[in-house]
Amino acid sequence: MRKTRTTRRAVAVMAAAAIGTSLLAGCASDDDSGEKAGGTDSKGKTVITVGLFGTFGFQEAGLYEEYEKLNPKVKIEQSVVERNENYYPQLLTRLASNSGLADIQGIEVANIAEVVQTQADKFTDLSKAGGVSEDDYFDWKWNQATTADGKTIGLGTDIGPMAICYRKDHFEAAGLPTDRDEVGKLWEGDWQKYLDTGKKFMDSAPKGVKWVDSASGLYNAAISSSATRYYDEQGEVVYKTNPDVKEAWDVAAKAASEDMTDKHELFTDSWNKAMNNGTFATLSCPAWMLGYIQDKGGEKAEDKWDVAPAPKAGNWGGSFLGVPESGKNKEEAIKLAAWLTAPTQQAKLFAERGSFPSAPKSYETPEVAEATHEYFSDAPIGEIFSKAAEGIPTQVIGPKDQVIQENLTRSGLLQMERSGLSSDKAWEEATKAVDNALDE
Amino acid sequence: MTNTGSPVSAPPVKQGGAAPRHKHVSSREDRRRERRSRWYQRDVRWSPYGFVAPFFLFFGAFSLFPLLYTGWASLHKVSLTAPTDMEWAGLHNFTRLLEDDFFWNALRNTFSIGIISTVPQLLIALGLAHLLNYKLRGATFYRVAMLAPYATSVAAATLVFVVLFGRDYGMINWFLGFVGLDPVNWHEGMTSHFAISAIVIWRWTGYNTLIYLAAMQAVPKDLYESAALDGASRWQQFVHVTIPALRPTILFTVVVSTIGATQLFGEPLLFNPGGGANGGPAHQYQTLGLYLYEQGWVNLHLGRASAIAWMMFLILVLIALVNWLISRGMQKRELGRKTARRRS
Repeated sequence: MRKTRTTRRAVAVMAAAAIGTSLLAGCASDDDSGEKAGGTDSKGKTVITVGLFGTFGFQEAGLYEEYEKLNPKVKIEQSVVERNENYYPQLLTRLASNSGLADIQGIEVANIAEVVQTQADKFTDLSKAGGVSEDDYFDWKWNQATTADGKTIGLGTDIGPMAICYRKDHFEAAGLPTDRDEVGKLWEGDWQKYLDTGKKFMDSAPKGVKWVDSASGLYNAAISSSATRYYDEQGEVVYKTNPDVKEAWDVAAKAASEDMTDKHELFTDSWNKAMNNGTFATLSCPAWMLGYIQDKGGEKAEDKWDVAPAPKAGNWGGSFLGVPESGKNKEEAIKLAAWLTAPTQQAKLFAERGSFPSAPKSYETPEVAEATHEYFSDAPIGEIFSKAAEGIPTQVIGPKDQVIQENLTRSGLLQMERSGLSSDKAWEEATKAVDNALDE
Repeated sequence: MTNTGSPVSAPPVKQGGAAPRHKHVSSREDRRRERRSRWYQRDVRWSPYGFVAPFFLFFGAFSLFPLLYTGWASLHKVSLTAPTDMEWAGLHNFTRLLEDDFFWNALRNTFSIGIISTVPQLLIALGLAHLLNYKLRGATFYRVAMLAPYATSVAAATLVFVVLFGRDYGMINWFLGFVGLDPVNWHEGMTSHFAISAIVIWRWTGYNTLIYLAAMQAVPKDLYESAALDGASRWQQFVHVTIPALRPTILFTVVVSTIGATQLFGEPLLFNPGGGANGGPAHQYQTLGLYLYEQGWVNLHLGRASAIAWMMFLILVLIALVNWLISRGMQKRELGRKTARRRS
């Protein structure tokens, strides 16, 4: 009998503890339950809240401060969720419940098609906003955030034109040229040539060094440079039969099967460490990747990296700013969003943070045109990426692009690299995962 | 309980010969008493409900309502892009699970990791509790130390273990290389189950140890004394006195650990930081919790995720049922043995 009493007491204590913690959780969650859109603060200033993910860098580049100086009646408050995969579902639930939204919300390019198709009525039309001009932006960037009936729900911030980052020391050891123009010529115009160069590299590569970081990164780069991907113009999912997808897959699969890849999963710890240790010679480099490499590579890899043009121009990444319809300070928010995405500010943001402008007008500004990157052997990144940006094809995008791509790379190509599956078997596994993920 | 409400000691008025004046006063007094007693009665009867009400309000708002709503959602096609826009789908979300390879894979992984983590965890806890039950110097220190992993957040603990189990630059592989062994790929197949189980074992062993220890300290000392007099060794005492006395406690920890194992989520998600919710390229350590998360928050299919959640709930109900049957069987056997002993 005594035993049961102690057990019961233990249960009681635990129940009490559980209630206690849930109460605490209840109190604690008040702090971050939503951005408490807009309003005015105690000094009568208009508070504009900005909800973002990752590192947009507006604050770090001093843009908020500048805007507050220009508009003394405005105060900007920013809240950031580190990863878009956590940010996006939260944004969707807040849009659905119409609460907790910030006055301005960031949207990643991977989600823009879905937001345009399903949430357009929850966002304000920005196409007619003061100071916003469609001509400032690339057509494809503008159209990505515009609905079929012409409502533009997001203004483009940055884009991700691609280059190839390469290690000069490894190239030299393998007897390849190290000058960025010559390197670019090695693979100009064709991913196949990039593979051929890789083969040459592998024949005399330093021990333990692979040609490319991962099959997934290579696939991302290859598919980003083709005009069609997973959807056709009518919005049907066609990834299984699209020759462009097949071509990109084959490039990546070949690199994997010939053991030219360092077998990493992008954005994981081992990938970061490999950048520091230099166990691969090349890496697909959208403009925003430079900061990432510098951060992870650190001093150890300083002066070893350089940037060369990619075989084909493509776009990987980029974002938009949208203004939710339910915001209290819609007018002020629209003004701020338009200002933050205007060519002048985009150029400043590039100079400070390396986010590449989606407004080609800014490419002539000295901030962009003359930009070089110290960490990457003073490469003229402004010139390289501007040229890449102008060659980016207009892509057909769809709502589930990201889900398809993640499964193709994470369940498919990574299995080829890690478990030695054949290309066909890996494709089969990947499509099975994609189909399961798409089926509602 | 039956007569708490009638403290009336005065004789019934009808029979008494008291003066009418008195009668009037006493009946007023009576009424007051009666009223008070009624209040008291009500207090005794209803207050307990008042005291437990906060729990049930919270339970209703944060457990029961979500449970029922999830059940409702599981019968529909719902996307996170429009959560209020439900399209009736009947039992489709459940029947499809029967043919869903990813679901069965997740179920297998959940059981595999569950067994690999729960069984050693409880055995180690039992052993540690037995050791801590001896008179030790600094007993409080050990007990607090035991609970430290439990107080660590899943995220912090898992991130430390990720460093240990890294594929290319992990500390364990570094050590293996140091002593001349081949590195182990801790993210592959069954090996990953062991790695994840290690995190679970590390976090929960101390917690169970303390529960066992509390129960052990309630075992009457004279039982050990008489066992010692009969010539039982320490080990025999442990097996024949401690374990039987702990039986209900063990059952309790088994139930709690099983529930925890079925809902395992944080450890496998964070085991591959930055790597998504698929539980490895071959879904080799995707648990039910992780699959639910992937369907709901990556693929945005709330209906499918809800159906998985309900399947998990039903599996837990099933496990609880089995547990109940076992414990009832154990009690019956115990009773049978006692009566048999008394008869002999």
